Amino acid sequence: MQHRLLNWFRYSSPATFYPLAGRIAQVSWLVAIVLIGVGLYMSFFVAPTDYKQGDGYRIIFVHVPASWMSMFLYLVMAGWSAIGLVFNTRLSHMMSQALAPTGAMFAFVSLWTGAFWGKPMWGTWWVWDARITSELILLFLYLGYMALLGAIDDRRRADRAGAILLLVGVINIPIIYFSVKWWNTLHQGATVKMSGETSMDETMLWTMLIMSVGFWAYSIATAMMRVRSIMLEREHDTQWVRNLIGAKA
Amino acid sequence: MKARHKRFGFIVLGLAILAVAATLVLKALEGNLSYFFSPTEVTEGKAPADHVFRLGGMVEEGSVQRARGDLTVNFVVTDHHKTIKVAYSGILPDLFEEGQGVIAQGRLGPDGTFVAEEVLAKHDENYMPPEVAHAMKAGEQARMQGTLAEQKL
Repeated sequence: MQHRLLNWFRYSSPATFYPLAGRIAQVSWLVAIVLIGVGLYMSFFVAPTDYKQGDGYRIIFVHVPASWMSMFLYLVMAGWSAIGLVFNTRLSHMMSQALAPTGAMFAFVSLWTGAFWGKPMWGTWWVWDARITSELILLFLYLGYMALLGAIDDRRRADRAGAILLLVGVINIPIIYFSVKWWNTLHQGATVKMSGETSMDETMLWTMLIMSVGFWAYSIATAMMRVRSIMLEREHDTQWVRNLIGAKA
Repeated sequence: MKARHKRFGFIVLGLAILAVAATLVLKALEGNLSYFFSPTEVTEGKAPADHVFRLGGMVEEGSVQRARGDLTVNFVVTDHHKTIKVAYSGILPDLFEEGQGVIAQGRLGPDGTFVAEEVLAKHDENYMPPEVAHAMKAGEQARMQGTLAEQKL
């Protein structure tokens, strides 16, 4: 029993996770660069023109993966926060903190590309419909979380306050996802559905999926790099950090 | 019961209460979160009669009439159940077309015509190359003719 527990929690200690995070970041960067490169090439040159929107629809290959990531990363952060609150693990809160800027960036990209797409197709940059408004709230949740962490000096208190904010805000995710189903919105319904057929050409779908996996890898890479900095910053007076710096010097 | 089980219980309980609260709030807001009213809802009197609202539906095939010399357009919005006449003067989005989704913002005139101040195009969630769209349309027509022929027989 003791042995199993040790294995399970082995990487929950910053000292053992630090080098692993570095290796994960390296691999993820490689995957991200290759997949986003291939994805962008396919977006511009391989995917066919749309029958109705012409070439303007191609922004979907950034817009949809970015929107997915903005929602998914929030769920991951909320999950880490729950684990952090329950098990009192330092690293879980650090993971939430490390993911936040990437999530915020994706929420912003989602709104920004949406505006660029909305203007020529719908005829407007912005409307206050349920889908778009709830995505804006998601961006504010990310920014609010980061501001809250920055505003509290005591790290443990900051972590707990941030975790509670994240868990309360989780209610927004199903609202974003199902908004186009529950209410009349200007935004169209989901193309890729959890159940049922995808209403999209196969090449277009593959392009979108490749971009999505690329964005995943990018998120992992940036989060791992950031969590390494956070670990050094927060644990700067511990023996393992001193050893690390000593070994480098 | 260990302390971490307790904390886990609190989180689950908290999230459950939050979910119930959110469901109740959304239920209470119900229609107010909708961006537009359908022609059926408008004819049933669900849309506000005295101030601005949005009307959404499909532009009926063959209903678009453009005035000569200015930007005035008249068309009919339908939800395949009820229809509303719309008058608009201004620039239409590129995707505005007969048989396409549209959302118009404005108010209902005394004669039942919806006078729009702004018209937005609403597109659907289908993406395909033009050849496929063409083939699907041809297939649809062939199927329709097939059923017509069957009916004649």
